[in-house]
Amino acid sequence: MSTHAHGDHHAHQGHGHGGHGGHGHVDHDHVEGAHGTFGSYMTGFVLSVILTVIPFWLVMTGTLDNTTTTAVILGLAVVQILVHMVYFLHMNGRVEGGWSMLAMIFTIIVVVIMFAGSLWVMYHMNHNMMPGMTTPDMSKLP
Amino acid sequence: MTTTVEAMHGGHAGHDAPRDATPPVFHVRDEHAHEAGSTALGFWIYLMSDCLIFAVLFATYGVLGTSYAAGPTPKELFDLPLVALNTAMLLFSSITYGFAMLAMEKGRTAQTQGWLAVTLLFGLAFLGIELYEFAHLIHQGAGPGRSAFLSAFFTLVGTHGLHVTFGSVWLVTLMVQVARRGLIPANRRRLMCLSMFWHFLDVIWIGVFTYVYLMGMLR
Amino acid sequence: MLETLTTFLFGRLSLESFPYHEPILVATFAAVMLGGIALVAALSYFKLWGYLWKEWFTTVDHKRIGIMYMILGLIMLLRGFADAIMMRAQQAIAFNGSEGYLNAHHYDQVFTAHGVIMIFFVAMPLVTGLMNYVVPLQIGARDVSFPFLNNFSFWMTVGGAVLIMISLFVGEFARTGWLAYPPLSGIEASPDVGVDYYIWALQVAGVGTTLSGINLICTIVKMRAPGMTMMKMPVFTWTSLCTNVLIVASFPVLTAVLVLLSLDRYVGTHFFTSDMGGNPMMYVNLIWIWGHPEVYILILPCFGIFSEVTSTFCGKKLFGYTSMVYATVVITILSYLVWLHHFFTMGSGASVNSFFGITTMIISIPTGAKIFNWLFTMYRGRIRFELPMMWTIAFMLTFVIGGMTGVLLAVPPADFVLHNSLFLIAHFHNVIIGGVLFGLFAGIYYWWPKAFGFRLDPFWGKVSFWFWVIGFYVAFMPLYVLGLMGVTRRLRVFEDPSLQIWFQIAAVGAVMIAIGIGAFLVQIAVSVLKRNRYVDVTGDPWDGRTLEWATSSPPPGYNFAFTPVIHDNDAWWDMKKRGYARPLEGYRPIHMPANTGTGVILAGISTALGFALVWHIWWLAALSFIGLLVVAISHTFNYNRDFHIPVEEVVATENERTRLLAGQV
Repeated sequence: MSTHAHGDHHAHQGHGHGGHGGHGHVDHDHVEGAHGTFGSYMTGFVLSVILTVIPFWLVMTGTLDNTTTTAVILGLAVVQILVHMVYFLHMNGRVEGGWSMLAMIFTIIVVVIMFAGSLWVMYHMNHNMMPGMTTPDMSKLP
Repeated sequence: MTTTVEAMHGGHAGHDAPRDATPPVFHVRDEHAHEAGSTALGFWIYLMSDCLIFAVLFATYGVLGTSYAAGPTPKELFDLPLVALNTAMLLFSSITYGFAMLAMEKGRTAQTQGWLAVTLLFGLAFLGIELYEFAHLIHQGAGPGRSAFLSAFFTLVGTHGLHVTFGSVWLVTLMVQVARRGLIPANRRRLMCLSMFWHFLDVIWIGVFTYVYLMGMLR
Repeated sequence: MLETLTTFLFGRLSLESFPYHEPILVATFAAVMLGGIALVAALSYFKLWGYLWKEWFTTVDHKRIGIMYMILGLIMLLRGFADAIMMRAQQAIAFNGSEGYLNAHHYDQVFTAHGVIMIFFVAMPLVTGLMNYVVPLQIGARDVSFPFLNNFSFWMTVGGAVLIMISLFVGEFARTGWLAYPPLSGIEASPDVGVDYYIWALQVAGVGTTLSGINLICTIVKMRAPGMTMMKMPVFTWTSLCTNVLIVASFPVLTAVLVLLSLDRYVGTHFFTSDMGGNPMMYVNLIWIWGHPEVYILILPCFGIFSEVTSTFCGKKLFGYTSMVYATVVITILSYLVWLHHFFTMGSGASVNSFFGITTMIISIPTGAKIFNWLFTMYRGRIRFELPMMWTIAFMLTFVIGGMTGVLLAVPPADFVLHNSLFLIAHFHNVIIGGVLFGLFAGIYYWWPKAFGFRLDPFWGKVSFWFWVIGFYVAFMPLYVLGLMGVTRRLRVFEDPSLQIWFQIAAVGAVMIAIGIGAFLVQIAVSVLKRNRYVDVTGDPWDGRTLEWATSSPPPGYNFAFTPVIHDNDAWWDMKKRGYARPLEGYRPIHMPANTGTGVILAGISTALGFALVWHIWWLAALSFIGLLVVAISHTFNYNRDFHIPVEEVVATENERTRLLAGQV
C-alpha cells in the first residue's frame, strides 16, 4: 500500500527545494512555470497584431453587415485571448502540475455562468418588469 | 514492527517509490518549501479572482450598456483611431515586457532594466491617452453620471486603467529593487508575477476593445 | 469660516453624529467603555502588551492566527446575538398598539447589523479560524503558503469588525437589511453614513477573506506532506479546499458590486438608481451571485468537521470517502447555478425560474448523499457520545429539517407564497444554526484539546448543548408557523394579537440560546481553571485518525519535527496501527517565517481609510491611502522574512514531549 505513494508528482514538486540553504531555496528549477523564447514572443506579438487589426478594420470600414461583424470580432477576440494565454502567459497543462490550467478553466466556467446568466436573467427581468424601458423603441411609446 | 526508517535525506532521489519489501516510511527529514514554491500559483489564483471582478464589470456593461437615458450613444462618443492607438501602446508594452523577461533569464540586468523602462513608457502612454479620452468625454457632457451606459463604460475602462496605473507603480518599485539588489531569485520571482499581471491586463483589454468599443460602434 | 474648517477636518462627523439621545446605546457604550478600560488596565498591569504584540498580533503562525480568528468570531457572536435577542424582545411585546422599546430607526439598524455581523464577522472568522488552525496540521505542513499574508488577512477582518463596532457609537449602521438592496441603499433613500459603514466594513474585511482564500488554496495544493495525494487528503481539508475555491471565486463579485454601489453613492453614477438608465435589479442579481456560494462557503467546512468527528467517534473509516469528495466538488460547482432562487419573485418569468428551481433541487442530492455517508459511518460503529459527536447528531436531525424546507422553497410557486416571510427566516436559521453553528461547536470541542492541551469541561458543555439545541427549536419552529400564516420578515410592530403567542415562544427560545451561550463561556472558564484535570499530554485525546493528532497538544511552532509521510486517508490511524514509533533523534534546525508587524499596520491604516471615507474626511482618506502604498511598498524592500529555529530548541521541545509521553504510560 505504501509503494506508490512517493511517485506522486506533487510530493516531488513540493519538496524540490529543501530548506538547506537559508534563503537559497528559490532555485531556478521552473518554480514559476515555463518561460518563452524570443521566437515565441514574436509569434505571439505578430499574431495578436493581426488579430487586433482585422476587427478594427472590419468595424471602421463596415465591410460586412453588423451581425456578421459582431460574430467575427467576438471570434477573433477569443482567438486573441488564447494567443496571449499561450505566448505571453505561457499557459499550458503542465504549469504548476496542471493547477494553473485547472484554476483557469474553473474561472472561465464561473465567468461564463455569471456573464451569460446575468444577461439572460436581466433580459427577462427587464422584459417582464420594465416593459419599454430598455427597448430601443422607447421614443415611440406614448 | 516499529520500523521507522529515516531513509530520506532530502533531494529528489528520496521521493522515488520505496521497494515493496521495505517497511513503511513515516517521515522525511526534508523540509517543506515556503513562499517561494507557492508564489506563482498564488499569484495566478489572485489573477483569476481579479478576472472575476472584471467579469462583473463586463456583465454590468452588458446589461446597462444600452441604457443611454436619452444621452449620447457609443457611436457619437467613441473615437476608434484613438482606441486603436491605445491598443497598440498596450500591445507594444506587452512585447517589451516579454523582452525584459528574456533578458532577465539571460541574467542581463542592464538590458532587463532597459526593457522595463520602455514598458513603463508604453504603459504611461496608454494611461495618458485614456485620460485624454476620459477628459474629452467629460468635457462633452458625457461623464459617468450622464447615464447608466456611461457609468458602466467609465467603470469598466477605468478599472482597467487603475490596474495599469498600479502595474506601473509596481514596475517602478521593481526597477528600484533590481537596481539595488540585481536579479536575485526574489526579484526574478517578482518580475515574473508582474509579467503575469501585465499580460493579464492585456487579455482584459482585448475584451474591452472588442466588447465595449468595437461592438459599441456596431449598435 | 469655522464651519469650513470643521467640515474639512471632520467631514460629516459632528457632535450630532453621536447617538447620546439613545439611552440603550449610551448604556451599551458605557458598559463597553468600562469593560475596555478594565481590559486595558489589566493588560497594562500584568505587562502583557509586549507579549501580545510579539507573540500574537505580529505572529505568522497559522495556529495562533487561527485562534485569534476564533476569538474574534466569538466576541462578535456576542454582539450579533445581542442584536438577535433585542429583535425577539421587540417582536414579543410590540402588540396591541404597543410600539415596543425600539424605534424604527434603531430597529432597522439592529436587524441589518445582526445579519451582517453573524455572516461576515461570526461565521466567516470561525470557519476561517478552524481552517487556518487545522488544515496545515492535517496535511503535515509547517505553516501556510504565505504566512505574512495570513496575518494581514486576519487583521483586515478585524478592521472590518472594528468599523461595524464603531458604527454603533459614532453615527449609525445601515437600515437596509443585510444585503443593502438599492434603491433603498442608494444615496437618495439613505443619505446618512449607515450604508457607507456597511460598504467599507465589508470591503476591508473582504480583502482579508479573499487573500486568506488564496493562501489556503495554495497551502493545500502545494504544501501537502509527501504521499498525500488528492484522494488521500482528509475530508476536512477537501471541504476547506472547496470552500476556499468558492471564496476566491465569489468574494471578488461582492467587492465589485459594492464598488458599484459606492460609486453610485459617492460620485453619482447610475448603476442601481431608479433613473438615468440605472437598474436596481442588477444589484440583486449580482450580489446573489456572491451570496449563494457564500452559503456553501460556510457550510462546506462544517460538513468536513462532521465527517472527521463522525469517523473519529465511531472508530471507523469514513463511509464513502470518494463519494464525499465528489459530492463536495459537485456542490462547489452547482452553487454557482442557483443564485436566482433568492429572487424568484422579482419577475424573471417561467423559463428562468424553472431552470433555477430545478438546479436548486439538484443541489440537495449531493448534500443528501453526505447525510447517508455519515449515517453509514455510524452504522455498526462503536459510537462515543462525546460533545463533538452530540453536536454532530443534533446537526443531522436539524439540518435535514432545514434542508427539506429549503427544497420546499426551491419550488417557485411555493416561493411566491413564502418569500420574504418568517418561513424563509426560519429556514435559513435552521440551516445556518443547525448546520454551520452546530458544526463550528463540534469543531471547537473536537480541536480544542489540540490547540490548548486540555479538554473542555463536559458538564457545562452538555448544559450549553441542550440549551442551544432545544432553544433553537423553541426559537425557530414558531417562525415556520408564523411564516406559513403570512407574517413577513423585518416587521417592528404587529396588528394581529393572535400572533403574539408565537413571538413570545420564540423569545423564550432566544433566552434559552442565551443561556446556552452563557454556559459555553462558563465552560471555557471552568475548563481553564480545572485544566489540570482535563489535561492531555498524548496529543491524541480522542484516538484520532488524521495527522493533526500525531503531534503534541498544543503543537510546537514548527508543527512536526519531521515532515510525515502519508500512506492512507487516515494517516495517523494508519501510523498507529502499524506501530509507528516517534523518532527521538536526528533533529535539524527548522526554517520558519519571521513575525512582522506590517499586517497590523496595513490593516489599521485600511480601517482609518474606511472611516475617513464613511465620514467624507478627505484629507484622512488621502493620507491613509498614501500611507497604505508607502507601507506596502516598503515592506517589499524587506528581503529577510525568515529564520531558523535552532536545533537545540527543537531537541529541547521534542525531549520535553518524550518525557511527557513516558510519564503518561
